[in-house]
Amino acid sequence: MRASHAFLIGALVSAVALAAPAPAGAQGRGGPPPTAKASAPIDLTGYWVSVVNEDWRYRMVTPAKGDYRGVPITLEALTIVNAWDPKADDAAGTQCKSYGAAAIMRVPGRLHITWQDDNTLRVDTDAGVQSRLFTFAAAPAPAGAATWQGTSAARWERPGRGNPAVRAGSLNVVTTNMRAGYLRKNGVPYSESAKVTEYFDLSPMPSNGQLIVVTTVVDDPKYLLQQFIVSSQFRKEADGSKWDPTPCSSTW
Amino acid sequence: MGSHPVLVNVVTRRTAFALLLWLSASGNALAQAELVGTWAPRNTEDVSRDSYPVDYLGLPLNDEGRLRALSYNEAQLAMIEHQCEGWAPVYFVQGPFGLKIWSDTEAVKGGTISFTIGAWEDRAPMTIWMDGRPHPSEYAEHTRGGFTTGRWEGDALVTYTTHMKAGFLRKNGPPQSDQATMTSRFWRHGDILTVLAVVDDPIYLAEPHIVTKSFQLATVPMLPIGPPCVTGFEGKRPGESTPHYLPEKNPFVDELTTLWHLPKAAVVGEVETLYPEYRKKIKATYVPLEPCKRDCGATPPR
Repeated sequence: MRASHAFLIGALVSAVALAAPAPAGAQGRGGPPPTAKASAPIDLTGYWVSVVNEDWRYRMVTPAKGDYRGVPITLEALTIVNAWDPKADDAAGTQCKSYGAAAIMRVPGRLHITWQDDNTLRVDTDAGVQSRLFTFAAAPAPAGAATWQGTSAARWERPGRGNPAVRAGSLNVVTTNMRAGYLRKNGVPYSESAKVTEYFDLSPMPSNGQLIVVTTVVDDPKYLLQQFIVSSQFRKEADGSKWDPTPCSSTW
Repeated sequence: MGSHPVLVNVVTRRTAFALLLWLSASGNALAQAELVGTWAPRNTEDVSRDSYPVDYLGLPLNDEGRLRALSYNEAQLAMIEHQCEGWAPVYFVQGPFGLKIWSDTEAVKGGTISFTIGAWEDRAPMTIWMDGRPHPSEYAEHTRGGFTTGRWEGDALVTYTTHMKAGFLRKNGPPQSDQATMTSRFWRHGDILTVLAVVDDPIYLAEPHIVTKSFQLATVPMLPIGPPCVTGFEGKRPGESTPHYLPEKNPFVDELTTLWHLPKAAVVGEVETLYPEYRKKIKATYVPLEPCKRDCGATPPR
């Protein structure tokens, strides 16, 4: 009977230990906080392909000049929409304007997601040959010159108030410091003041395989009247055999 | 006194069991997200997808699904038996409207028995049973809203819908069979709710149809929408033939090719057109469009 009590008490203690949220950053006794890679609640690494079920005619072909349906642009942006000139972008060497961080998840192509180091998740795209670095750091990285992919601060969003026993969650990425670019190939603009907030969620497919769903929220005080929100899906691929790096194009 | 050790044993076991149950339940509750409220659509994606009679862009139809879709004539909606049939459950993600979600709560302990996504006048309400009840027998009645159960995975609500009536994936005729199932996920990120719906249909789809949409939490509640649908005479009498198109006779099949220079394979929902390779395939033959002259977007305020 005593053994039975001991077993029950032991089980209770284990359950409490498992269910209680661990203090932030705690690992062992006074050890360093776990790295982003070690504490990842979901595994986003691998090769992923766009599934273009939505906005087909704005993504798979180049829409007509002046077509901005669905994008809540300002009057100032409309001037840029109507002045779109891909030849001028070519001449200026800015063919990658429609491959910036605010648009790249919407460009049909493949993602290759890897850990560059223990606290940096890297996302390469074959469309436009772009690289994004999602940095998990307590302090933001110093902002250098603006780039197409900007500066991205990442953190894991965990359910259960951070309870590490719950192996689920999302990746939240906030990107700023971007060069001005296009939300769509046909010159619908976002400015250098834009901020991109993204959520990466993982879902198994009903039969087999996995999906990443990326929710992208673009805030732009200059060219958007309200947030521009889209969600894009990617299906996991077994390997990189279909990886096909293709340079930026201003027209296709 | 002699029964004391037995009592202690019973009490200890019951206490342990109750604590384990509580821990399990509280862990689960801590992982859940609040979904109740009004979620406004933003409609910044997926515009103009069912305004044209033949626009199956982004759908993975198989040959049978395509044949059936191309036979559809919208004049069927004038038939009294079709006027109020409404759209399939996937329309809650695909349509232009918001979501009003409420829960039915167990009176004593406060557990969630079900969530309900409110109806529109052309879509049935969706009740998501959270109390662990099983799906009905495969021979049970199919309804317009189907039968849906839900469970939490972390803070994502995962739902599974069966027993849907045969209907349409989109309003312009791509079919959904009564064998279709739908798996959905609801992710809440602050004031944004992203919903993924995956429709699996062994009859009409070459692969599962995936659709996602994000909503924003509204501070103003969504009002009840419209009166119940009431049928009326719209020019088609009972017994008259069903409006339809014979194979190869749909007059709208080339409309988007003419209007937007889109390849026919994409317009009629061939599965290869959903993937990036197809974009490369059509690059050489695509004819750029003239500048947009009408329906180019909402005019921004001055």
